[in-house]
Amino acid sequence: MTAQRKMESAIRVHRSGPLALLQDLGRFGVRHLGVTQGGPADLYSWAWANYLAGNPWGSASLEITFGGLQLVAERDLDIAIAGADLGATLDGQPVPLWQRITWKEGQKLAFASPVSGLRAYLSVRGGFAAEPVMGSVATVGREQLGGFDGWGSKLADGDRLAIYTPDGKPAEGMSEAPDDVRMDFRESPVLELLPGAQIGEFTGRSLYDAFNTWWRVDDRADRMGVRLLGPKLQCRIGSLISEGINLGGVQVPPDGQPIALLNDRQTIGGYPRLGALSPLSASRLAQCLPGQEVRLRACGSGPVLEHYRCFLAGFRP
Amino acid sequence: MTGNPANALPRLESAGLDGWMVRLFEQIDEANLPWITALARQCESAFGDALVDLVPSYTTLLVVFDPVRLSPSDARQKITDLLVELEPDEHMGTGQVHELPTFYDPSVGPDLDRVAEHTGMTVAEVIDCHSSKTYRVFALGFAPGFAFMGLIDPRLECPRLDTPRKKVPVGSVAIAARQTAAYPTATPGGWNLLGRTSARLFDREREGFSLLRVGDEVRFVSVSREEFERQGGDTTPMEAAG
Repeated sequence: MTAQRKMESAIRVHRSGPLALLQDLGRFGVRHLGVTQGGPADLYSWAWANYLAGNPWGSASLEITFGGLQLVAERDLDIAIAGADLGATLDGQPVPLWQRITWKEGQKLAFASPVSGLRAYLSVRGGFAAEPVMGSVATVGREQLGGFDGWGSKLADGDRLAIYTPDGKPAEGMSEAPDDVRMDFRESPVLELLPGAQIGEFTGRSLYDAFNTWWRVDDRADRMGVRLLGPKLQCRIGSLISEGINLGGVQVPPDGQPIALLNDRQTIGGYPRLGALSPLSASRLAQCLPGQEVRLRACGSGPVLEHYRCFLAGFRP
Repeated sequence: MTGNPANALPRLESAGLDGWMVRLFEQIDEANLPWITALARQCESAFGDALVDLVPSYTTLLVVFDPVRLSPSDARQKITDLLVELEPDEHMGTGQVHELPTFYDPSVGPDLDRVAEHTGMTVAEVIDCHSSKTYRVFALGFAPGFAFMGLIDPRLECPRLDTPRKKVPVGSVAIAARQTAAYPTATPGGWNLLGRTSARLFDREREGFSLLRVGDEVRFVSVSREEFERQGGDTTPMEAAG
């Protein structure tokens, strides 16, 4: 399907910045081989960026972490940026986020540093183009999979990025996201956690602490997982026989500091878990900067599922 | 049935909005695997398009489904129905016995001496002990195609390195505790390195990608330097390989 679409170089990388990764929905049906999921750490903002750019669900976007990336358009492009406010400018002028805009040939799109949130999603109408590896272009450097070259390489200054040529018809759907869906990531979020099987193995005091503490996001935070700093949680079991870990799983190693596991987590692991964050709470956590505070709230699956289905229904065919 | 039903196995545990952890066994045992692989296959047909991923491991199967197509309670019911009728697979994994040509040598297996010292065996005995047993793949994880195999002879049991190596070369054959593995890609690693295999463990161009699957049987076959090189093995010594 995608193989027949025309690819063309459309963007030149002026400065590659610390971390910009090509991400589609991720790699599925291969986790039993030890291959991680990949995909956008903030599914919510990624979905909005693609939707506003007029792209179908699953299109590949650039996930820009921290900022620092500078790109030059080699022809006129319709784009949308959603997610973190990284102080993006077009030839020095601030770029409006959460809406479709035109990026003119020769203009420089520059991301500065985090104002609100950590990861911005840049979608170009047509979608970024790369050859899928194991069914996905999601970039996982550790596994040498995906990205523009197929080997999970980082962008380099001077790289040229290809897109699929848009069909020529004007983009359908809304071009600007309503105010109430635009996230302000500076607020301290309350994250929904669905309790897991080992929750009863934590001491009463630790369970109280787990859900009544403002946890601080550690420096040890990346696409594999985010460590939270706070009171030491104590579990009666130190380790489990390794087993599969789902997105958002919150594991507690012997040091008592929980780690919420995100898209690039290892596929199996053996620490006891409090439970799993809802997919949208995992997305929200991925936008937190080190030092930011978060709270965990134990939830039943009913309302969380309804909320998630409602979100997906707006984007997925 | 006796005992506490809440602790009875198999049981299903919540693994988030879109996942169930099926806990089938309490302890690591080769005999677990035909049950786990059978359940994985049956989930594939029962869930169809609503299946997202399956992660089998030593005692469990994680089932991840599409929460739009299937509610958690419907998914739970499907798995429960399968468990009622479950029969173990006759062949585990692909039913294959893989022979991995392995060059056991201090140049590519820098922990041979350490293991010999720790176990009180000679290097030759360590090699003989490791290569004389057929192992079972219990789980894949850590990195693409990385197979956790076991169990090794208890006499070979050796703890992990205190400080993991930053980069273990591709093909390195290693042991830790009662398990053995071969590194499909160059990654950090804390296991004791005994040698190197020329087998291509992970290949993105190959159908199925990974040479080894959960349930497969594996033997390490000791080969000479010449034979190892003839099969395309890389004899770059550990120091130079980084």
